[in-house]
Amino acid sequence: MSEQAISSSLSIGRTELEDFLYEEAALLDKWQLVQWLTLFVEGAKYWVPPAGSADDVDPATTLFYIADDYFRLTERVKRLGKKTAHVEFPKSKLRHLVTNVRILGGNDDLFEATSNFVTYRSKSGATETYLGHHLYDLCVLDGEIKILKKTSIIDTDNINEQGKVSIII
Amino acid sequence: MSSVKAETIVEPFIIENESKAIFRVNRRVFVDEEIRQREIRHIFDTCWIYIGHESELPNPGDFLTRKVGGRELIFVRSKDNVVRSFFNTCPHRGAMVCREKHGNDKMFMCMYHAWSFDLAGKLISRPEGERYHADNSGGLHDLAPVANLDSYRGLYFVNFDPNAVDLNTYLAGAKEYIDLTIDQSEFGMEIVGGVQEYGFEANWKLLVENSCDGYHGGPTHATYFDYLMARPGQLSDPGTKVNLPRDLGNGHAVIEYGGPWGRPVAKPVDAWGEQGKVDCAELLAKLEARFDKEYAHRIAYHNFNMSIFPNLVINNIMAITFRTFYPEAANKQHVRAWALAPKEESEIMRERRLYNFLEFLGPGGLATPDDCEALKMCQKGYQNAAFAGWNDISKGMGENQQRNTDEEQMRVFWREWDRRMSGAAL
Ligand code: FES
Ligand SMILES: [Fe+2]
Repeated sequence: MSEQAISSSLSIGRTELEDFLYEEAALLDKWQLVQWLTLFVEGAKYWVPPAGSADDVDPATTLFYIADDYFRLTERVKRLGKKTAHVEFPKSKLRHLVTNVRILGGNDDLFEATSNFVTYRSKSGATETYLGHHLYDLCVLDGEIKILKKTSIIDTDNINEQGKVSIII
Repeated sequence: MSSVKAETIVEPFIIENESKAIFRVNRRVFVDEEIRQREIRHIFDTCWIYIGHESELPNPGDFLTRKVGGRELIFVRSKDNVVRSFFNTCPHRGAMVCREKHGNDKMFMCMYHAWSFDLAGKLISRPEGERYHADNSGGLHDLAPVANLDSYRGLYFVNFDPNAVDLNTYLAGAKEYIDLTIDQSEFGMEIVGGVQEYGFEANWKLLVENSCDGYHGGPTHATYFDYLMARPGQLSDPGTKVNLPRDLGNGHAVIEYGGPWGRPVAKPVDAWGEQGKVDCAELLAKLEARFDKEYAHRIAYHNFNMSIFPNLVINNIMAITFRTFYPEAANKQHVRAWALAPKEESEIMRERRLYNFLEFLGPGGLATPDDCEALKMCQKGYQNAAFAGWNDISKGMGENQQRNTDEEQMRVFWREWDRRMSGAAL
């Protein structure tokens, strides 16, 4: 879609989206997950398909790592705030890098965007690296960008080294 | 004893004293590379090892490649509809012949010098074949098959030992629980949506223990139970009072019990709404039509966690998972996990099943990552093995009645492990 077509139906541009995504990454780096959850609309989805998946992968037919509806995403956030979420206690150190931000098309009601990511998780003397790309379904609500669906695709062959997806990548 | 001697294998691996209710496992068995080498020879090279499910190869020509029991294998349904398994290595100079994870093809061609093989492993052609004069009637230039490949109710196992007992004998009492799993379906079970693969730094035997450990649920999975409570409506009635750890023979063991979650066959939970109750009643009626009531209810309501010696776990809980694992090193394992479901399952039930699966299981579940963390912490603790050298697996010893929260099911594994490590075959 050309810049023209985007701007005619979408009230924000790439710079605004970048600000939004950097803000999201900052919240994740700081483990401010309750606040991070407010970036989503109620009813939003959060998906992490198996490493190396194609973009059109579907949790109805493929065994994902994470296929949260809004309820479970809320519970995931609550869980990660507890001491009894053992895998993330003490909390790992995180650094989320976001690049290659592109708006793929749509309007204020629904637009798609993508970014590439590298996320580092460091704990107990080991640093794990997740790399891949995010796919977003977004909307503009009262002038603010909100997430309808976020899919994080890990672009490595497997997660043998990381062993888990215990953080929000 | 010299200091050099202290670095070699230290026995005993296990101390059991029935009358004193003592059962201890030497922590060296989790850290010692020499012991891992012995495990490969005495366990992984002689036991029946799970390779895959029949539904993964539905059509002639379907193949997949998989590292099983530490060996790179090809698992294929040949043109004659026979399922076969070969070592994935070229009889010429050894390159891996098949480099795809899965596919459907007429033949395999080695990339190095282009020898090609049919799906039954026979050499079809090679460039400048006229320069070879050796007789291939003994299969000298064919793909090497594994010594044994056999299946039970759609589960395929390999065995690298030509002198092994047959699979049926080997599985012993485990067959009862495989039956309970497969009998859910009138038309056969299938693997759903591929495989979860992950690794973590803990000895493989810790996952055997963990997979049928009723003792750790409360503390390790507190957040999972918080989550269950947060779901709308009541928890599901367990539907059974059974609480039974069982020795299934040959090192296989199971714990059988009721649970507070919904089971897609055929136990509803409030969170599934009224329709969930209707759907489950329908499924239960079908089971009751096919089996006597007691068996039908066992299929519907009973959870079990079973470990089939050495490295297959079948958990039939809020969903069904098959899990295999292999020691890449003494302190590192590679895990593969699948979800299994009835072929005829409705779309909505399948959705509930996968939702159930992911809420507990796998690398992004609300429970499995905490299990892995616990096992990693054990492995780290064993760095102290030279000075704090023993695990205690004695819970329930001296009691008349064993419970799932006791440790008898683990002792079953350890006795067989110890027996085989001393060189005894089945
Ligand atoms: S190694 Fe396979 S053809 Fe030479
Ligand atoms: Fe567990």
